[in-house]
Order: sequence, then C-alpha cells, then structure tokens
Amino acid sequence: MTMIRERQLRSRTSIKELQETAWRLSRQILEMTTEAGSGHPSSSLSAIDVMTALYFSGVMRYYSQEPQWAERDRFVLSKGHAAPALYAVLAEAGYFDPDMLSTLRDTDSPLEGHPNMRALPGVEASTGSLGQGLSIGLGHALAARLDGLSYRVYVLIGDGESDEGQIWEAAMAAAKYQVDNLTAVLDYNDFQQTGSVEDVMPSLAPVSDKWEAFGWNVREINGHDMRQCVTALQDVARVNDQPQMIIAHTRKGRGLSPFEKDSVNRKHGEALDEEELATALAELDEEKATVLAGDVEKPELTPEDVHGEV
Amino acid sequence: MNIGKAIGLEYGPPTRNAFGEALAAVGQENDNLVVIDGDVGNSTRTHYFRDKFPDRFFNLGIAESNMVSVASGLAASGKDVVASSFAAFLLGNAYDQIRMGVAFPQTNVKLVGSHSGISIGEDGPSQMAIEDIALATSLPHFTVLVPADAPSAAAATRALFSFSGPAYLRTGRPKTPVVYPNGVEFTVGKANQLRDGRHATIIACGLMVAAALEAAHHLSQSGIEVRVLDMHTIKPLDEAAVELAARQTGAIVTAEEHVLHGGLGAAVATAVSQTFAVPMRFVGIHNQYAESGEPQDLLTKYGLLPENIVTAVREAVAQKEPS
Repeated sequence: MTMIRERQLRSRTSIKELQETAWRLSRQILEMTTEAGSGHPSSSLSAIDVMTALYFSGVMRYYSQEPQWAERDRFVLSKGHAAPALYAVLAEAGYFDPDMLSTLRDTDSPLEGHPNMRALPGVEASTGSLGQGLSIGLGHALAARLDGLSYRVYVLIGDGESDEGQIWEAAMAAAKYQVDNLTAVLDYNDFQQTGSVEDVMPSLAPVSDKWEAFGWNVREINGHDMRQCVTALQDVARVNDQPQMIIAHTRKGRGLSPFEKDSVNRKHGEALDEEELATALAELDEEKATVLAGDVEKPELTPEDVHGEV
Repeated sequence: MNIGKAIGLEYGPPTRNAFGEALAAVGQENDNLVVIDGDVGNSTRTHYFRDKFPDRFFNLGIAESNMVSVASGLAASGKDVVASSFAAFLLGNAYDQIRMGVAFPQTNVKLVGSHSGISIGEDGPSQMAIEDIALATSLPHFTVLVPADAPSAAAATRALFSFSGPAYLRTGRPKTPVVYPNGVEFTVGKANQLRDGRHATIIACGLMVAAALEAAHHLSQSGIEVRVLDMHTIKPLDEAAVELAARQTGAIVTAEEHVLHGGLGAAVATAVSQTFAVPMRFVGIHNQYAESGEPQDLLTKYGLLPENIVTAVREAVAQKEPS
C-alpha cells in the first residue's frame, strides 16, 4: 500500500497530458449529464480545468485507496452543483470505477445530484446548499494546525455562490487565523441561475479587491489555461501566514457552442440533448486535435481574452 | 423566580455554568476536544474552557453560520467539537449549516445553546429560544438533551462525549432549582423517574422538572398522586417509559419551556398515541412570543408555573375513563 501511495504522490504530468485529461473528463461530464437527463454540465465544465490541475499535476497529495489517510490534502467542492466534475475527477484518480459515472443521479447510486460525503469516498464535504464549503475548509485547515499535520485544504467556490454572506464570514475568519494551508479557487464563470453575475449581483465586482481587503493573498488566472492553473496552484503553496484566493476566470460551459447559445444563464442546470451532445463532443475533439497538431499547449489567454476587461 | 421553593428546593448555579465547568473538565481529559464560540463565551460559559485551553478555543466572531460549518470541518478531520452560542442564534441563524454540515453527514459536532426559554427575562424575545427543541429534533440523526438543573447539566455535558455524532444540549441563563445530587449519572435516552404516583404522570424537561415536582406536591395534598419523569433526552425519546406511564397512570401531562409545536409534548403525544392512548394535556408556550420582564412574571404570564401544571393534571385526570 505504501508503494502505491508514493507512486500517486509522486506523479507529475506534463501540461499537455493534463489538457488531455481535462478533455476526457469534459467528455465524461457531458455524457453522464445527458444520460441522467439533468445535472449541471455548464457549471461543471467551467471548473474542470482547474480541478484537473489540482488533482493530476502533483499539487495535491492524496491516496485514493486510502481516502481517510489523515495527512491527505482536502478538496471541498463548495459549489456542489458541479458534482459531475468532482465525480469525473475522483473516478480518474481511482476512488471508484469510472463505469459508475453512468449512474449519476440514479436511485441507489452514490453519485447523487450534489456531493454526499457519506456516500462516496473522496468526497470531503456534503455540499449543495451554497456558501458553506469555505467555512468547512477552514475547519479542516484549523484541524491540521491543531494536529500538527502539514496537509493543505482547497475549496472551490462559485461567483454566484459569493452572494452568500457566509462566504465573507469565512473570509474574515480565515484571515484572522492566518491559515496559510487554505486555498480557495473562485470559478468566475460570469453566470448564475437566472442571469449573468453582472445582472444579478453586479456589486460582486471588484472581487479581487474585496478578497485583498479581507486579508487574502489574491491572484487571477485564466481558468482554462492549464499552465496558469498549475502555476497558480504551485505558487500559493509558498504563501505564508495568509489564506490564498485564486480567481479563475472561466466560461460556463467551457465555451462549447450549445451552452454559448444560451445568453441568459448558459443552460444552468440543464443537460444537453443528444444532438447538442454530439456537437459539444465534436468541438472538444476539434480543440484537442488543433492543439495537438500545432504541437502547442493550449493558447495562452489572459483573463482579458476570456472576459474583456476584468 | 420561585419555582420549587414551596417544596424546599435550593437554587443552584445556572445550567450554563454547570456545562461550562464540566466542559473545562472534559477538556482536561480529552486533548482532542476543540471548543468554538460566536463571541458570547462569557455568556455560554465556554470561557471556562478557553481560560484553561486557549489553543483549543476559537472565537469565530458573531457569525454562527460560519462557526457551525467550521465545526463540521474540524469534526470531519477527526476533532471532537463543541460549538456554542445563544440557542436562538445557534439553531436559528445556522440551521441550514447544521443541516448540511452536522445532521446530514452525521459529523461528531456537539451544539450547545444557552439562554433557552423565557426565563432569561429582561433581554426579551429576540434572545429567547422557544423553538430550538423543535428545530433540533426535526434533524435526522440528532440527539437532543435538555437537563433540569446544574448537576444533571454537568452530567449531560460529559454524556455528550459518550457517543459519536450530532447532538444538541440546551442550557439556561438563570439560577435553577436543584433536583439532583452532585455527581448524578445521566444516561442518554433514559428518563429519570423522580416521584411515583398512580393517578397521572407529569413528563417534564429543563426548568419545568422542578415545577413538576412542586405541582406533584400540591396535587398530593388533594389526593392526586402523580409520577414525575424528567425527560432530559427529547430525542431519542424514552418511549418505553412513556408507554409505561400511560399504562400504569392513565393520564399524561407534559411541561416544557418551549412552544407546544414540535417540543417535548408533541414527541410524547406521538409516542402515547402509538402505544397506549390516554388523556393528555400540554403545558408550554402557546403559539406566541413572550416579552421582556422579570423571569417569574414571565413564567406567570405565559403559563409555566406549577399551578398551570396542577390545572392540566386535574383536567387530564378528569377525562380518564372511570376505572
């Protein structure tokens, strides 16, 4: 068991391999949600690149055959509706058989609509009621300090989720205790359930200033640029005495046209039908072929390229 | 407050004090225990723990939602956690966090809410938890404890750590009549019979246990002999004791410092109706909020005195089938 654990810990992967993994997991997200007839594919796809970077670049320490290993790094999916992304990642990491992905949202399946930590190994928190995961992550981070362990805690939150006051309660408390083993990633995909963030809660901006004012170490990245994702996740580990916020600018639906066509909310909570699925999968394949043929990593995009001015 | 004085009960420390002292003692034995509070530790008495173990105490500020979710994370990483605030704010403000982070995942978090009931007095309804038992018992997997006095509150505090999983302990603000000796045992889920009688049973919790004992004394003088059960564990309810009381005494009155909806009375009624139905009456707060005032005046105005229990018992007994 120790040998296997060391192998999983030591694994290092090239940017290109990580991109290929992200494409594969994106396919799985699309396929499992279409099969289930619901789920939140667009909210999952916006997060899949940064989650791939986290789990498979060697940044996170874990051992999937020993999910309760005390010194494992923790990942909390606070925006629990992106559960399909979490399930794809956990299956890839070896927590369970990828064949189970097709049981998403079925009765008796542990792959519930939102993560249930008692149902599935690798799920660190039961989420789906927004705003709570960062506080839960803070609890884990404080436990590490109390127990003298060196593990890190990563929490993925959403931009719409940031409407919740508890996010800012957690922001204050984490800064108070200077928990430098806590990293939050904000999946800033610009849309929430009924409209754009700009329409629903425009005063989330300027979000970077807010987190800095709360005492966090803040950086912004293009959340679909694998190199930027990996670099940011590596860099935050060197920050002392401050929790860290990575604002990942993303696209809800990862830019795939069936989602882009919905200008209201990027098909929030809707699975693609079979025809849309075929289109989306073809676009993913095309992106992969273009990037591989050009022998370039995915084009480097700045946050401005994704969003315009940020 | 003069509940119990007519039968010579002495007033002891508030149940919150007994909790705080017991918690500090538990902290001495258990270095895995972490205590967190929402900036009211001098009121909830978690400061007794803080003063001894500052490294294991976190004041998370006036932010109960965050506090409860932090407790959930601490527990998920293996810590024994007590999270405390005023009961009204702990159960009210953080209900969804309790649901998602404690009840649903069954984390080992012990919630302790002080300033329960209307006997807190002058601070008024915003500070009075009168719905907390209903909120806590509605949550699957929760154990809910309402100790009657300081000795049993201390024992209940230790009992919190006799099992793993979610629990809520309710404490009170005022000095409370003492019905148990120091060092009393506390068995979760097992009612304590404090007095026996054949005509009816009073099932009470918290401060109302002393009121029940006083009521039983008054009733005895007029020839009505009642059993008194301290139902300190509202959930899981000691249904066997309830059924036995119904079968052997034929009438049941409940008494609690809580609204009638979803409290002790409702839980007992469910058990009675499904085992051995007998006439019942319910002493508690009726579909309303109280107000600021002297505790004794409020208990009088809102019907939580021994006299109210006496009346309820007479009504229930009168309704019994002639034997």
